[in-house]
Amino acid sequence: MKKLSARRRHPLAALVVLLLALACTGGLYAAFAPASKAQADETAQSLAIEEGKKLYAVGCASCHGTGGQGSSDGPSLVGVGAAAVDFQVGTGRMPAATSQGAQVPRKKVVYTQAEIDQLAAYISSLGAGPNIPTEAEYGPEGADIAKGGELFRTNCAQCHNFTGKGGALTRGKFAPTIEDVDPKHIYEAMQTGPQNMPSFPDTTLSEQNKKDIIAYLNAVNGDETESPGGLELGGLGPVSEGLFGWIFGLGGLIAVAVWVAARTAKAKKS
Amino acid sequence: MSNNDDRRKAPAGERVADWADGRLGIYSLAKANMRKIFPDHWSFMLGEICLYSFIIIILTGVYLTLFFHPSMNEVEYHGSYVPLQGQLMSEAFASTLDISFDVRGGLLIRQIHHWAAIIFLAGMFVHMMRVFFTGAFRKPREINWLFGFLLFVLGMFTGFTGYSLPDDLLSGTGVRFTQGAILSVPIVGTYISMFLFGGEFPGGDFVARFYSIHILLLPGIMLGLVVGHLILVFYHKHTQFAGPGRTNKNVVGMPLLPVYMAKAGGFFFLVFGAIAALAGIASVNPIWALGPYRADQVSTGAQPDWYMGFAEGLVRAMPGWEINFWGHTLVLGVFIPLVLFGLFLGVIALYPFIESWITGDKREHHILDRPRNAPTRTAFGVAWVTGYMIMLIGGGNDIVATHFHLSINAVTWFVRIGFFAGPVLAFVITKRICLGLQRRDKDKVLHGRETGTIKRLPHGEYIEVHEPLSQEQLYTLTSHEQYAPAEIGPTVDENGVERKVKRSEKVRAKLSKAYYGEESQIAKPTVEEYKEITSGHGHH
Repeated sequence: MKKLSARRRHPLAALVVLLLALACTGGLYAAFAPASKAQADETAQSLAIEEGKKLYAVGCASCHGTGGQGSSDGPSLVGVGAAAVDFQVGTGRMPAATSQGAQVPRKKVVYTQAEIDQLAAYISSLGAGPNIPTEAEYGPEGADIAKGGELFRTNCAQCHNFTGKGGALTRGKFAPTIEDVDPKHIYEAMQTGPQNMPSFPDTTLSEQNKKDIIAYLNAVNGDETESPGGLELGGLGPVSEGLFGWIFGLGGLIAVAVWVAARTAKAKKS
Repeated sequence: MSNNDDRRKAPAGERVADWADGRLGIYSLAKANMRKIFPDHWSFMLGEICLYSFIIIILTGVYLTLFFHPSMNEVEYHGSYVPLQGQLMSEAFASTLDISFDVRGGLLIRQIHHWAAIIFLAGMFVHMMRVFFTGAFRKPREINWLFGFLLFVLGMFTGFTGYSLPDDLLSGTGVRFTQGAILSVPIVGTYISMFLFGGEFPGGDFVARFYSIHILLLPGIMLGLVVGHLILVFYHKHTQFAGPGRTNKNVVGMPLLPVYMAKAGGFFFLVFGAIAALAGIASVNPIWALGPYRADQVSTGAQPDWYMGFAEGLVRAMPGWEINFWGHTLVLGVFIPLVLFGLFLGVIALYPFIESWITGDKREHHILDRPRNAPTRTAFGVAWVTGYMIMLIGGGNDIVATHFHLSINAVTWFVRIGFFAGPVLAFVITKRICLGLQRRDKDKVLHGRETGTIKRLPHGEYIEVHEPLSQEQLYTLTSHEQYAPAEIGPTVDENGVERKVKRSEKVRAKLSKAYYGEESQIAKPTVEEYKEITSGHGHH
């Protein structure tokens, strides 16, 4: 320590302290900064953004503008986040047909998941927005199905029907069925509110709430859902039940009546 | 027992019958009715479908009452249906879940009960139309027509109170809808609603109240009406279609015993079997998927069972008009549909009386009309059914919109215009078709049936061979009677004094002309016409 203390008034002492302080803060920053990624990652990220930008210029820019600023044909994409891109492109809604009806429908997906991720990277580089959820967020572990049902009936059923079979909105728009929809996409839809759907950010429906709803849908409308009563008849309620009852119920009974009436006693055939 | 004994005992069956006859007097009753004749036609069995599904509903309903708890007390569900475990719900809903999942055979019985109800109402509708289009409602059967109509209306409300009992989200929405309709009635609406629900909606009473209405009051009345309906069918004897040997004074067919007992008994089991099979195959009202009722929740696609779909359609199609005055609101958007609902159904109920007033015919009719031979009535009936069906589409406008990729607004406008234009169109078209069929009948009578055989005559002309109808066929096609339009009569009496013609008399003459005027029926071939053509001079 003596040596140090003797040299504390050395002309270069200030420089040494300064260097030490800089190294220290730099090190701390490197250790704690959120965006701190390995060099290789960073290049991959910027590469993805680059690739995404190219894909965007070809497939999206004609409607959404060259810089995602939007145009008369498509809304601005600044700040919609990666989740919105993953939902819209991942369900085939985007790219939309040039002449669309009242609403952009779900259709065949034209990009690979890798390309979708690149597009998502580019769009989220334009402005911060919700990220693509992870399996841990939308997976079934730790979900309360019954609670999810209650939340679904309170927030979703008025458009999507009791078990997510979909329903009509005004002027040809509609709430689509949630059958065969990837849980990730359901989560993203809730978070970003595509088209006519209101968005349910985490402040409205918490992460746990969303997880519960997805688990409920999987329970009542998933691949392994059983219909204890027999044929579900579309799960649409009394309209399809009434049609079925008229056609197969009464129709069948009338056929039986015709059959019985045709077999009359042989004593006299009039 | 010795055969030589003159005073031997009668066989056991005879002794039992004798014992019963001495106390119940069944011998004369049986003698009078056992050989009662019923005519054979498949459409006469539509009423049987209704009767049997009604019996099935009663049988399965009794089973359901053993397990259903008509209570709105809140309970936490811990049954075997996982997606609802831990949820708060009424005891009514919880017990319906238990019936569906934990009571042996409960779900099957529930589904038989519900499918049978849907078929019961559909059967009554078709049965009513059969009676209407064949003119079976004419004297002496007007009262029985009203009994049948009442059964249909009471059946609607029994069905409504029934599917409301589980207290699920769908039926709760329906009850709320009904309460809204009650509230729209001026002055008394709010009082009736408060009385019916024991306070504000939904309250804690309506399930228990609907329960006694559903299992006691309405079915009790219906059972009485069914018995009355059947007694009147016995008393009036069954109608029959025209044909050789069939007159207004006889019934041609088979006796009740043994033929119809066997047929009807067998048909009961066929109906029961068909409905049970349906209930085994297809789900109906899956309340577990709908969830318990809560006033703050609602689902899209919320329709009532089909027989209330007409009312649903009226409300969905009606623009949301309302009038505000002196702090009161008259909700025309709901009240007008409510009035229309009653009027539209009432018209068909009163039709027999309207028609008999127009025809002035006070005679009894036991021979049925072929629909074509009463073109105006048939056209009216088809117009009525068209209006009804268009409103059924209106009741399902959202399902129609999503499944045919249409705009719900466009569907609603179609229903609005269609409700007025559809019946008119249907009336005109049906009448044309009936007249066309009458012309064809006339042609068949005079020229025979087209055989499709083409013959070449010696001079090269080709003709189609027409085969004359048999005497029986001729009779069947020409035995109906054609009314002449009613005249107002001389407006001046024998002394030259002008008589005052009542407005109603003028209306009646006009209507009669519309019914039976030259443009409303084709005069059936006369004997002279027939003779002239068949004598060989005529050439077709």
